Parts: sequence; C-alpha cells; structure tokens
Amino acid sequence: MMAGNELYVATALGLIFIGLATVTIKRNLIKMVIGFSVADTGVNLLIVALGWFPNRTAPIIDDPSLLSDRATLAVRSAAIVDPVPQALVLTAIVIGVGVTALMLAYVIRLYATEGSLDVSRFGRMKW
Amino acid sequence: MKQIVSFLALATLAVLLWNLAPIAMPSDLGPVASHYVSHGLQENRGSNLVTSVVVNYRGFDTLGEVTVLFLSVSGVGFVLRRRSGLKVHRQRPASEIITTGARMLFAPTVLFGAYIFVHGHLTPGGGFQGGAVVASAVLLLILADRDLVLPHAALGWLESLSGFGFVLAGVVGLVVSGSFLANHGIIPLGTWNRLLSAGIIPVIYVLIGLKVGSELAALLDVMVHAADEGEAHS
Repeated sequence: MMAGNELYVATALGLIFIGLATVTIKRNLIKMVIGFSVADTGVNLLIVALGWFPNRTAPIIDDPSLLSDRATLAVRSAAIVDPVPQALVLTAIVIGVGVTALMLAYVIRLYATEGSLDVSRFGRMKW
Repeated sequence: MKQIVSFLALATLAVLLWNLAPIAMPSDLGPVASHYVSHGLQENRGSNLVTSVVVNYRGFDTLGEVTVLFLSVSGVGFVLRRRSGLKVHRQRPASEIITTGARMLFAPTVLFGAYIFVHGHLTPGGGFQGGAVVASAVLLLILADRDLVLPHAALGWLESLSGFGFVLAGVVGLVVSGSFLANHGIIPLGTWNRLLSAGIIPVIYVLIGLKVGSELAALLDVMVHAADEGEAHS
C-alpha cells in the first residue's frame, strides 16, 4: 500500500469484519443490529480513507483570491482531499440511520409476536 | 461448528479484501473530483466543496437519499402501526435534573441545529447534520416526558412541504437553465463567504434540514409510542 492511509484502511476492514462476525455468530437480534451498524461504520470509514491523501486539507476553501486567480486555484486543488467520497459517506450515514431504525422496528415487532430475541427460535416461515 | 465455519469464511474474505485494497487505492483526485475541486468555487460560490457536491453536482442522488430516508421512516411507521403488544413496566417519571435540563437545552439545541444547516455551504455542516441535531432536541423532550404528544399534523406538513420545495427547486432549475437542480440563473450567486451566497444551495440545504429534522422526530415518536400503546392495553 502506498498512500499512507494503511491505518485507516486496516481499522475500517477490522470494523467491517467485527460487524459481520457479530451478525453471523450472535443469535440475539439486537446484537445483530449492532453488528450491522458497526459494519456500516467500517464501510463509511473505508470510503473516506480511500479519498484521503497525505498532507492535504479538508475540501473547504478559505481564500477569496482563489475566485479570480485560476493558477493559484490549480495549485490549491492539489492540496485538497477528495470531496466526492465525503459527500458519498454523508449520504451513507443518513441511510444507515434509516436502515438501523427499520431493523429495530422489525425487532420490536418480532419480539412482540414471538416473545424472544433469539433468531434460532424463529422457525416458522410464512409465504 | 457453525461459528467456526462463519469465522473461517470471514477470515478468507478479510485476506482477499486486504490483498485487493492496494488495487482500488487511488493516489490522486480522479477526473470528476478534480473538476469539482477546480471549478466548484466559480460555479457555486460556496466555500464547502462537499456541500457543492452533495447539493449541486450530485443533487439528484441527494434527492434519492431523502426519498430513502422517507421510505425507511414510513416503513418503521408501517411496521409499528398497530399495538405492538409489548408489556412495558410502568416507568418512574424522569428526575427533575432531566426535566429541567431538557427544558433548558431544548431551545439552544434547536438553534444550534438551525445554525448548522443554514451555514452548510460555508462551514462543515449541512441539512442532514443539522436535522439530526434538531431531532436530538426532540429526543431530549421525549426523555424528559414520556407522555409527550408531538404535533403530528404540523410535522407532516413541514416534512411534505420541504420535500416538495426540494423538488420544486430542481424543476425551477430545469425550466430556467435547462438542467434539473441547476444552480445558475435562479438566485444570484452573491459574494463569496457570505450567508446569502452560493445561489440555491443554502435554500435546498435548509429544506433538507427541516425535512430530516421532522422525519427523525416522527421516527422517535413512533418508536416511543410503539411501547406505550402496548402498555396501555396490557
């Protein structure tokens, strides 16, 4: 790896696998939802880490001279991290909240009808 | 046994992904991103390039995202619409510290959320973050008083009108300058780094902030009352 963001990528992959392991190994539905949420965080961190380059600043422009001066702007744009993954992750975080809320709603409904949070007890299939 | 199998599968996936990672690792901005970075300031007159991407260049995706959030909130409302049958123990009312603290913090929190989504084109922030902060103010009120009844009709209207306003802003762009959610020729771009600048971006972000805030508040309300109704019928 060359970009200098190995730590972020490794942490992100770690979070993804902690989350997926929780989802596959745990039987408690609430813990599975937590696992999905952790994996979601890992994916977000991975996407942001892929758009990060060493020695660059946040994509917020603070110098008014850049409005007229195209040459300086070209230099400065080489000093900014990629704004596209950040915008993507902004989207993904909100969607993650919505998905988590929907999963928790199903958990509430399942607990109310089955009286248990253990997935291995849900044998009935309904088609 | 099952656990070992799933663990092995995950470990294999981890090794594969780790070996795949250097291939996907870009070393500089892609062509699209470098256009956004080098032209974003002239085209949108906003300091925060992430906001320019979210609201203007990728505004259509953001419209889709708002739709997904709306769908998930309506899904939660649909799943929990009937009595859940949950038996919740009668809870003690919140302590005086929580009620007083919530009453004191509600207005500053809403104000802070509004600040975040109004300044989305200038500082790190925007409609989604600000909306979430506003919804957390509502959560404070719910924590302080479980029997709180939110004004559902007002929240519904606020959410519908702000969503409608977002689409309307896009259609106005389509009519005025020929592309959906276009940001030139509708509102003057204004001076750089002023609150009223960046054309249509702050308008759309305020609408998104209102929509996300009212949606998440309605979500919290539905989830709290799912347990309450079961309690009433137990």
